[in-house]
Amino acid sequence: MKILVCISHVPDTTSKINFTDNDTKFDTNGVQFVINPYDEFSLTRAMWFKEKQGATVTVVNVGNATAEPTLRKALAIGADDAIRVNTEPTDGFLVAKELAAVVKNGGYDLVLAGRESIDYNGGMVPGMLASLTDFNFVNGCVGLEVDGENVSATREIDGGSETLSSSLPIVIAGQKGIVEESDLRIPNMRGIMMARKKPLQVVEATSTDANTTIQSFEKPAPKGAVKLVDADNIDELINLLHNEAKVI
Amino acid sequence: MSVLVFADSTDGKFKKTALEVVSYGKKVAEQLGSNVVALTINAADVSELYKYGAEKVITVSNDSLKTFNAKSYASVVSEAAKAENATVVVVDSSIDGLYLAPIVAVSLDAGYASNVVAAPSSTAPFTVKRKAFSNKAFSNTVISTDVKIIGVAKNSFGVHENEVSGTSEEFSPTIAASGVKSEKVEKVTGQVTIADADIVVSAGRGLKGPENWGMIEELADVLGAATACSKPVSDLGWRPHGEHVGQTGKPVASNLYIAIGISGAIQHLAGINASKVKVVINTDPEAPFFKAADYGIVGDAFEVVPKLIEKLKAFKAS
Ligand SMILES: Cc1cc2nc3c(=O)[nH]c(=O)nc-3n(C[C@H](O)[C@H](O)[C@H](O)COP(=O)(O)OP(=O)(O)OC[C@H]3O[C@@H](n4cnc5c(N)ncnc54)[C@H](O)[C@@H]3O)c2cc1C
Repeated sequence: MKILVCISHVPDTTSKINFTDNDTKFDTNGVQFVINPYDEFSLTRAMWFKEKQGATVTVVNVGNATAEPTLRKALAIGADDAIRVNTEPTDGFLVAKELAAVVKNGGYDLVLAGRESIDYNGGMVPGMLASLTDFNFVNGCVGLEVDGENVSATREIDGGSETLSSSLPIVIAGQKGIVEESDLRIPNMRGIMMARKKPLQVVEATSTDANTTIQSFEKPAPKGAVKLVDADNIDELINLLHNEAKVI
Repeated sequence: MSVLVFADSTDGKFKKTALEVVSYGKKVAEQLGSNVVALTINAADVSELYKYGAEKVITVSNDSLKTFNAKSYASVVSEAAKAENATVVVVDSSIDGLYLAPIVAVSLDAGYASNVVAAPSSTAPFTVKRKAFSNKAFSNTVISTDVKIIGVAKNSFGVHENEVSGTSEEFSPTIAASGVKSEKVEKVTGQVTIADADIVVSAGRGLKGPENWGMIEELADVLGAATACSKPVSDLGWRPHGEHVGQTGKPVASNLYIAIGISGAIQHLAGINASKVKVVINTDPEAPFFKAADYGIVGDAFEVVPKLIEKLKAFKAS
C-alpha cells in the first residue's frame, strides 16, 4: 500500500497569537511550529500500517522552506520520504489542488490528512482533495482499518459515531481516535539521524490560483473582568444568569 | 441570481442551525438585493422556513437520502445551486456541513469560507469574518469566485424571524452515487448532544473521580444541558471520549458553558471561546479560567454544585 500523509506546519498550541503589517500577517516571532496535531494522529496511523501490514509512507506539505523542519520531524517519526510543494499556502483550494497533483503523480492508495489545521481552521483541504482526485472520502475519522482493497472507517457524528465501508483509493481526514494520544511518537535520536538522510523532494507549484484571500486578522474584543459571586450566595448567580445574561 | 441555503433536517424536522442559516441567507440576500431559496431534503413541513425569510423552498424527497451521505448530498446542493442560479450558497458548519461543503466547492468551482461568524462586512469585494487560530482570532476573508460558499458557525449569527409568504416546489436532482456506505450508526440516545445543546455543563479533573459525576449529570438534567469534560478526564476514562471539549476535542458554541473543576488551560479554552456566557466554579482563585469567564464562584465543587442544583430546581419550579 502506498500511503501519502498531508502535513500542515502550524504554530504550537500554546502560541501567543499576534499579527504584524497592519494585522495582515501572523507574527511568527518566538513561535514554535509543529506538525498539525490532527495530522500527527493520521501520521501515527500510517506508521501502524507500515509496521503491521506493510506500506510505504510519504509525507507532503504545501508551503515554503520554513516548513522543512516539520517534514523532517515526520521523517524522524518514520515516514520514508517527503515532498514539499514550493508555494505560499494561502488558500485551502490552492493547497488541495497542489496536493491533488502530487496524488495523481504518485499513485497513492490511501491519503491521510487531519480534520482541520489549528491555524486557519478551514477544514476543507481533505474534502476538496478527494473531489479533485475522485477518491472516496471520510471526514472526522476516529477509526480506520484497511484489509486488501476494503476500508472500514468510523467517523464522529453529533452524539455518536458512524461506521462506513468503502474501497481504496480513499482520502481520510483523521482526528484523535484514529490512534490514541498515548500512541503518538516522539522522534528518538536514531530516527532524527536517519531523517537527515531521507529524501525530501521540492517540487514547484502548478498554479497560483486562490479562491479566497485573507484581507486582515483581528483578535476578539477584550473581555470584561469576571463577576465573582460568593459561594454562599448562589441565588445571586441564578439571578445574574436569568436577568443579566438571559441564558436560563 | 439567488442565495441558496441548505436547511438540514433530522427525521423530517429542522435543526436550529437550519433556521440560523436561513436567517443568515436572508441577510445576505438583502445585502445583494436578491432572494432566498432554501433547499430541503426529506423535510416534512417546510412552512417553518418562511418565518425566517425563505421566499422559495425547494424540496427533495428521496429514500436514498434518508441518512446523511456527503457525496450524494453535495450533488443535490450543487445541482440546486446551478438550477437556481445561486451566487451564494449557505450551509452550516456542523460535522456534516463541514463534510459536505468542500465537495460542493469543487463541483461549483467556488471559494468556500467555513466557520463564518458574521454577515458579510462587504459584498464587493465579498468579505466574511471567520474563526481562526482555534478561536483565538478571526480572519477577514475575501471570496473572489463568482459562486461563493459560506459555512455559518453555530450560534454566531442567531435565529431571526423575518416572515415572508413563501412558496415551495419539488425538485428532482440526479443523485451522485457515493463511494462510501454507512454500515452502522451508534448514538447516545436520550441525552442532549454537545453540538445541539444551548447549555453545556462541563467538569474536569477537580472532580477527583468518575464516581462524582452524578451531581454533574443532575445539574445538566435540571438545565436541559449536555455534559462535557476536559481532556484528562476522558483520557483517564472517567467519561466517554465524545465528551472531551477543547482544541483536540469537540468545539462548543453554546449560550451557556458551566466549567466545574477545570483549570482553563489554553487548549481547553480554544474549544469553548465561541460560547456566549461562561461560568466557572473552582477552588483556586488563580485558575486561568477566571480570566476567560463571565461569572465565577471561588469554591469547592462538592459544596457549590449540590446547592446550585437545589436552587435551580426551586427557580425552575417558580
Ligand atoms: C497538544 C495539546 C492539546 C490539548 N487539547 C486539550 C483539549 O482539547 N481539551 C482539554 O481540556 N485539554 C487539552 N489539553 C490539556 C490541557 O493543557 C490541560 O492539561 C487540561 O485542560 C487540564 O484539565 P483540567 O482542568 O480538568 O485538570 P487540571 O489542570 O488538573 O485542573 C483541575 C482544576 O480543578 C480545580 N479543583 C480541584 N479540586 C476542586 C474542587 N473540589 N472544586 C472545584 N475545583 C477544584 C483545580 O483548582 C484546577 O484548576 C491539551 C494539551 C496539549 C499539550
